[in-house]
Amino acid sequence: MPKTLNRRDFIRISSLGLGGLAAANPIFDWLSGSVMANESLQETIKRIPTYCEVCFWKCAGWAHLNDKGDIWKLTGNDDDPHCNGRLCPRGTGGVGMYYDDDRLKTPLIRTEVDGKQIFKEASWNEAFDFIAKKMKKIADEHGPECIALFSHGSGGKHFGRMLKAFGSQNITAPSYAQCRGPREVGFFATYGEGIGSPERVDIRDTDCLVLIGSHIGENMHNGQVQEMSDAIDKGSTIITVDPRFSTAASKSKHWLPIKPSTDMALLLSWIHVIINNEWYDKKYVDKYTFGLDELKEHVKSYTPEWAYGITTIKPHVIRKTAKEMANAAPSVIIHPGRHVTWYGDDTQRLRAVAILNALLGSWGRRGGFYNPEKKKVAKLNIPRFPKPQKTWRDAFPGKFKLAGLALASGICDATIPAAGRDCSFKGWIVNGTNLISTLPNQANTIEAIQNLDLMVAIDTMPMEITGYADVVLPECTYLERYDNLRISGHREPTIALRAPAAEPKYNSKSAWWMAKELSNRLGLGDYFPFEEEEEELDWQLKQVGSSLEEMKKIGVKKYNRQYDDLYPLEGLPDYEFNTNSGKIELYSTAMEDEGYDPLPKYTAHEEPPTDFYRLIYGRAPMHTFSRTANNPNLTDLMDENKVWVNPKVAKEWGLKNNQEVWLENQDGVVTSFPIKVRVTERIRWDSVYMVHGFGHTDKRMSRAYGKGASDSELITRTKVDPVMGGTGMRVNFVTFLTEAPTKGAA
Amino acid sequence: MRYAMAIDTKKCVGCSDCVVACQTENNVPIGYCRDWVVEATSGTYPDLSMEIRSERCNQCTNAPCVRCCPTEASHIVDGGIVVVDHDECIGCKACITSCPYDARFVHPEGYVDKCTFCIHRVEKGENPACVSVCPTKCMYFGDTDDLNSEISQLLRKRKWKTLIPEAGTEPNIYYLT
Repeated sequence: MPKTLNRRDFIRISSLGLGGLAAANPIFDWLSGSVMANESLQETIKRIPTYCEVCFWKCAGWAHLNDKGDIWKLTGNDDDPHCNGRLCPRGTGGVGMYYDDDRLKTPLIRTEVDGKQIFKEASWNEAFDFIAKKMKKIADEHGPECIALFSHGSGGKHFGRMLKAFGSQNITAPSYAQCRGPREVGFFATYGEGIGSPERVDIRDTDCLVLIGSHIGENMHNGQVQEMSDAIDKGSTIITVDPRFSTAASKSKHWLPIKPSTDMALLLSWIHVIINNEWYDKKYVDKYTFGLDELKEHVKSYTPEWAYGITTIKPHVIRKTAKEMANAAPSVIIHPGRHVTWYGDDTQRLRAVAILNALLGSWGRRGGFYNPEKKKVAKLNIPRFPKPQKTWRDAFPGKFKLAGLALASGICDATIPAAGRDCSFKGWIVNGTNLISTLPNQANTIEAIQNLDLMVAIDTMPMEITGYADVVLPECTYLERYDNLRISGHREPTIALRAPAAEPKYNSKSAWWMAKELSNRLGLGDYFPFEEEEEELDWQLKQVGSSLEEMKKIGVKKYNRQYDDLYPLEGLPDYEFNTNSGKIELYSTAMEDEGYDPLPKYTAHEEPPTDFYRLIYGRAPMHTFSRTANNPNLTDLMDENKVWVNPKVAKEWGLKNNQEVWLENQDGVVTSFPIKVRVTERIRWDSVYMVHGFGHTDKRMSRAYGKGASDSELITRTKVDPVMGGTGMRVNFVTFLTEAPTKGAA
Repeated sequence: MRYAMAIDTKKCVGCSDCVVACQTENNVPIGYCRDWVVEATSGTYPDLSMEIRSERCNQCTNAPCVRCCPTEASHIVDGGIVVVDHDECIGCKACITSCPYDARFVHPEGYVDKCTFCIHRVEKGENPACVSVCPTKCMYFGDTDDLNSEISQLLRKRKWKTLIPEAGTEPNIYYLT
């Protein structure tokens, strides 16, 4: 029998509820019971380089094979600046993606039998012919631009190439309008540059790290977690602003338990204190910034006493933390966060973050924001992509004018026919993103899908989105394929190779192969000139002084920086920013030109009605979105989420630890499954918290089905950012149902 | 030589990478684990503190599991590591009952299993898998008999505690606080 939880008083994060699945672990039977512990383990016979696909951090590592030639374990590559030889739990557990026996196994086509829709197993030829025929029909009737690609993963590069060749540039990822978009736009409007990924934050060398709702350590962005730990070692000051006592808050010198939705007031007040006390970096601000006088005037009334009434953070704490930042400057980071689509004024909030950093002189300085460099790798010799006649923007005239990338939510909305809309979408290709969970307002997403002439879902797992597709294509996991080189910007430029450690299981195939085969059928074979992906990679690697042979041995190749400008503003040299004024724009002319507020303002957001609580969601370190919820190794660490409830609230409702409740939101939407209560002091009384990505409704995912509840189901309402179309999602309120609801229950 | 581990609770974020790395390294079947993470919160909102710890067999110097084992399957090898000889183990569970840390379990193949400090790696001069993988580098492994080792220095420099010291087991896992 496996050990049980109740034998310790504390909460074991690693849950152990899956003893019955032991036999499903194919590596289990290698362990011979007849030898001493020190003799029972295989040596690594061979290791193959890869970079991780469990999240977007893309750590480079090694897949180790055992003496049977099977994948045994995954470890980090010491030369990789993303991971420094240490994968995170998801990366280490990535092996479970390969061994998951619930994987998609063969192409499926929707068909009708006796009036009932079912999936019929199909050959790859049948599937490709079906898709190519439908794509051509849509192009003939509506134009190729009416097909969109949603992607969140390496496969998107290959399907993107195919779709651009076909004539559509409507390529999108929910990681923009549902996640980091406002941050990119807010910083671009200020510095003429965005943040990018991995974030250009010099946490390793900082003296003061300020986190606003960013729960590093629970969001397991590997390099940042490592550097936060280095900062703790070094004795740096950490200031965390969060209504929840996050892991990061527990490591902080100052935790500011802010009332949710009021972060803007705190930021404006910090700016007020720093300007009024003249704690800003005068030389830096004089030399590099534009609009200090306007800003000073603008924040005049945003005193700590004003902010206290809004944020519940005491005035002396606001002053003290502002002083801490100023003392550390320029070695200070007001962290821009990553998932920042909260309340609809998110670009403006991130503008305030950018402004605060500028006042403290941290941009371009050691311990602040560094200047990443990418290796330039030659593009393939393929024909130019045709110029599309229209794009997603045509569906939103005069709106979201500073959006730098296509909006996943926008394309979804524009798929639903509306009077006077210029561009309606007729085909979706969805790769590696479970849009049912990643887009807000599930009913809206499902309505959009009903209007499609073609929907193709490409995934490794039978995620909910695949259930809505006309054609489902089984993609092999990252451990079974090549992919494009990982070319990432960091302190020093690197490239990393992903090579297959095993043959694709079942009848799954790589995205590159699928995109090439489909392109051939669409008459676009010229865009995939190489017969094998190996040849394409080898050609590309030879352009940068390497080869496939070399990269298979080293996995990661480091290059020297071409320019000695890691901290370009150290010593205050002359510098021109990519903005209208050539300066850091405290006062944004770009925002003003497009009709948006040039300086960020505080707006009060709606508060939860009586008996309702603001729904806050976040991450657990062992899971990525909803995509890992069925991974046998990772569900072994955490197989369900719980709803965090403050003890005062629990007492009012009579809720006990581990009691099952259903959550109902302000629109009467109830979770499909019950969720267990976690009574904890770590959450404010006006909010509840749950980890995103659970409560799967597709029975084909046997380990994930019905485990915990889905926050996505409850996010029926959004506040859209007028600047760039981000969907603010922290505007939903929930209440508890202690009895099974009459409908919606499992 | 006395192998020991020091774990810095100021840095641990409780991500459980140590757990999954141990499972894959040592082929621990899914549903079982040789190490685990504990989180303890105290106080009332907003005056809170939290300690997160990665726990495992304490490789006790005075190990009750070794003393009570009727077949000598549980024994101590060089460096003070407590190991279980799978062939000699009859699965009587006396050791499981005697362990104050709940660190042992019956492997589905019938023998008792637990953390070995990854002795197969240590013999090659490598760190245990959990130490090697930890993204926060909060775990230190080494020889506490060597006064110049990193772990000895840390134990001199930092405050630390062991778990259930009153059990008299003389544990060799130290928590830096």
